[in-house]
Amino acid sequence: METVGKSFTRVDARGKVTGEAKYTNDLMPKDALWAKVVRSTIANGVVKSIDISEALQVPGVVRIVTCFDVPDIQFPTAGHPWSVEAAHQDVPDRKLLNTRVRQWGDEIAAIVAKDNVAAERAARLIRVEYEEYEPIVTIEEALAEGATPLHPDIRKDNIFVHTSFKTSPDFDYDKAKERAIEEYGEENLIEVSDTYRTPRIAHCHIEVCTSWAYVDTNGKVTVVASTQIPHIMRRVIAQALGWPVGKVRVIKPYIGGGFGNKQDVLDEPLNAYLSIVCGGRCVCLELSREECVSQTRTRHACKGVLRGLATKDGKLLAREGDIYTNKGAYASHGHAITAGMTTNFKDIMHDAYGCRSDGYSVYTSSAVAGAMRAYGVPQAAFLADCLTDDLCAKGGFDPLQFRMDNCVPPGFVASNGITYYSYSLKECMKRGAEFIHWEEKRREYAHQEGPVRRGVGMSIFMYKVGVYPISLETSSARMILNQDGSIQVELSATEIGQGADTVFSQMASETTGITMDKVYIISTQDTDVAPFDTGAYASRQSFVTGKAVKKCALELRARILDYASYMLGRPAEELMIWQNQICEKIHTGTAAASDRACTVTASSPTGAGTVTDAAPTGTGAADGFDTGNAAVRNAKKLALGGEYIDNTRNDGSKGESAKYSAWLDGKVKEYDIHDLPNGEAAILRDTGVEKDVKPGKALLSMEDLAMNAFYSLDRSEHITAEVTNHCKENTFASGCCFVDLEVDMPLGKVKINNIINVHDSGTLLNPKLAEAQVHGGMAMGIGYALTEELLYNEKGRPLNANLLDFKIPTAMDVPELHVEFLEMDDPMGPYGNKALGEPPAIPVAPAIRNAILNATGVSMKEIPMTQQKLVAAFKEAGLI
Amino acid sequence: MLKIVHMWVNGNEVELAVDPRESLLETLRERLNLTSVKKGCGVGECGACTVLIDGVAVDVCLYLTMWAEGKHILTTEGLKRPNGELNPIQQAFIDEAAVQCGFCTPGLIMTAVELAGTGKRYTREELRKLIAGHLCRCTGYENILNAMERVCGQEA
Repeated sequence: METVGKSFTRVDARGKVTGEAKYTNDLMPKDALWAKVVRSTIANGVVKSIDISEALQVPGVVRIVTCFDVPDIQFPTAGHPWSVEAAHQDVPDRKLLNTRVRQWGDEIAAIVAKDNVAAERAARLIRVEYEEYEPIVTIEEALAEGATPLHPDIRKDNIFVHTSFKTSPDFDYDKAKERAIEEYGEENLIEVSDTYRTPRIAHCHIEVCTSWAYVDTNGKVTVVASTQIPHIMRRVIAQALGWPVGKVRVIKPYIGGGFGNKQDVLDEPLNAYLSIVCGGRCVCLELSREECVSQTRTRHACKGVLRGLATKDGKLLAREGDIYTNKGAYASHGHAITAGMTTNFKDIMHDAYGCRSDGYSVYTSSAVAGAMRAYGVPQAAFLADCLTDDLCAKGGFDPLQFRMDNCVPPGFVASNGITYYSYSLKECMKRGAEFIHWEEKRREYAHQEGPVRRGVGMSIFMYKVGVYPISLETSSARMILNQDGSIQVELSATEIGQGADTVFSQMASETTGITMDKVYIISTQDTDVAPFDTGAYASRQSFVTGKAVKKCALELRARILDYASYMLGRPAEELMIWQNQICEKIHTGTAAASDRACTVTASSPTGAGTVTDAAPTGTGAADGFDTGNAAVRNAKKLALGGEYIDNTRNDGSKGESAKYSAWLDGKVKEYDIHDLPNGEAAILRDTGVEKDVKPGKALLSMEDLAMNAFYSLDRSEHITAEVTNHCKENTFASGCCFVDLEVDMPLGKVKINNIINVHDSGTLLNPKLAEAQVHGGMAMGIGYALTEELLYNEKGRPLNANLLDFKIPTAMDVPELHVEFLEMDDPMGPYGNKALGEPPAIPVAPAIRNAILNATGVSMKEIPMTQQKLVAAFKEAGLI
Repeated sequence: MLKIVHMWVNGNEVELAVDPRESLLETLRERLNLTSVKKGCGVGECGACTVLIDGVAVDVCLYLTMWAEGKHILTTEGLKRPNGELNPIQQAFIDEAAVQCGFCTPGLIMTAVELAGTGKRYTREELRKLIAGHLCRCTGYENILNAMERVCGQEA
């Protein structure tokens, strides 16, 4: 490919290093009023009355509204596409302000004042009378007999949803165990039964959650917000206000990080309401850092009660898990995250007899849990890989070999039909092991003494791309040709720091034949003009929106060529666009022909000069003039397994590196793309891609064509394209993390000496940005493993809701980060690409945990593995 | 009651009437529209509001505007040359893909300008310590350190 796959500089880099890129609050009108949310000082109870009289006396106060004033409308906040099936709609379980208080800091009133000082002073003078109930902060408290149901109108107890997944309907762990005893004898089995926990953490994007709202002259309430999901937010605001969707407008400028917190609708509906009740004046609602950490959304804390059974020679037979998640006070993303966690725990390993996993999402009177980078899978990976390594430790298995033998196989088809197409998980593991010198280190660290010990550990993951078929995947794109032959690209997929705008520009360039410097992507989404897309989440955009971009680019290209055909008096089929020129299309047909050098001579006075040897040859041309690239891709035997070949080693040998590569040598059945499940859908990727062609003589510049199309007295035509792509494809990305670390046991201090993430994310769209994305995820994983946890006191009040006490990694806490990719073209991805945004954060914490196990023999049951927790564990183990 | 403060901001002399309780962060953003100065916490935890005051990197959310009397303030807006050419540090951040969401970027760039201004060369470990007052949730600091090494690292 010409443009896709190259490390172009971010399209927004200059604006961001100069400080000229405008974020939400940078755009706020100077005369905006300031709002402050009044929050409950109890975690569970009912507001009986609110006295605002004193607060109203504060100079500058404009308006105070309380939970007794707001519309009696319950609404959901999840950043999910709406479902037209009532059963799949998100649960509406909150109002703009709530009389029934379900967490410390619940929103019960709001002040609007001329500045933030007045608003905060007034907020302190609000007098509230409560009927107080016992706080139920933990999963155990919420599930205890007699616990107050937090949402009695929705659920009779605090279990929001319970789901059960099994590899087969009749699977039962205890029966599997009986069968195993019969088959192998009890003495030949290894079983681990334990409970593992992950913490509640905060996203800590550096831009706080903020918005400002006003009622425009056309009567629309307009909200400028730091959000990942402008179109979803528009619908939710409409629902919360009881307004028609068309009367709501959302604008998303640059955003200072989201990580899933801004994949929820936060205080924006309240902000809209406050503007409306202030006569449409502009009202700003910026949360403090403290509110952001503890009062927006968090990652679900979870508890996994797990069992796993393997044979003595390292064959995984069966697992089961009961996974409880702390969803906090409101449903937010409902059960989706817990269900994703539960399914992923089951799917990441291949259990010979089967696996059962049950998920319970539990309401508690604490901060709401919602989406956070990788949507339940960091928890799933932690649970699965703790169990795996504890089985390995007990059975004396090499954790790498055990995973090679028992992990998700190539060609895996999930129960919902998602198929693992391009598969290089095991190659990733092999590469990670080589990098970290796995075998050598395992030997070296086998018999250590003294207070400082070293260990290596690993973890694996898989991650679906977008949400089809669980939910809708749809995306629109619009492209507009300008007079100079450049194009605008308009999307509602959002740039949130991950580099989306850059790779979409690359895609548009790749497929239209218009060079990157002439592609202008509009970074700000305004729901009044931007085409529909659901936004940044699920690592979906480069895949789902990427398909829309490609489809739109193909349509635009066809329209340009149609106009070129009119101008040149030649059939469009004889023409192609290459580097901003309409060229003759030359059919190569054979490899020999495509090897020939090509000369492009510009015929236009404004066009370029002569380009020699610039034509694409058989390897690496733009899709549009592909001389066989797509064909090469199709012919490239993708390592995909329709059937899993059981490669459990049978010689029981350990220690030779050859055994890892043995798996890779000929044991994977090779498939042609057409043989795949959904193979017909897979080849849609090549729609419109011309094979065996290359550009010949340049006939007309894009600029001349565009000027004519605009201003021709004979045929004026404004060349645009707008498409919707309803995506009904999916696949899996995967990867692993390997860590080499040392533990100072008396201090409980962990020092990471070497760490690598290896990713199977298909073809990379922009390698440099991809690598940067992985760095960030790895740092997040390190914080998850060692330091991050939102803590509460017994009254349910958050204890560390700030950036000083909630410890995200600084530059001193992060080691050098190594990243590798095993690029395998995925037939489902628009350019062979798969998910990458969220996955880097997944495998790091369990890899660190497993390296500590290797170093010390201590199996930690929960993260974060803080110094205090490690010292306690080492003491208990008699090591210090 | 407003009070008058005189200072130089990005080379220009300014005279402003400010609330004596006002932080320099508020003054720069709200009165002078220098929105590269970002607010991430308001209490000196994140470093997003870092500017140079007489050449020293300061979190201006913790700095009263009245204290800036007579001082020289430099923000990211003041780095670009009149012809639009970028400062080498800005260019290094671009070239090393050290920018993601971009919210911590101006503050980090100002610390880099401070360090480059010392004329010293720093090891990567020293740089880690020197930027530890800046929080970034996107990059893992790897490419930020690469960019800083280009302008003030020992290998540069």
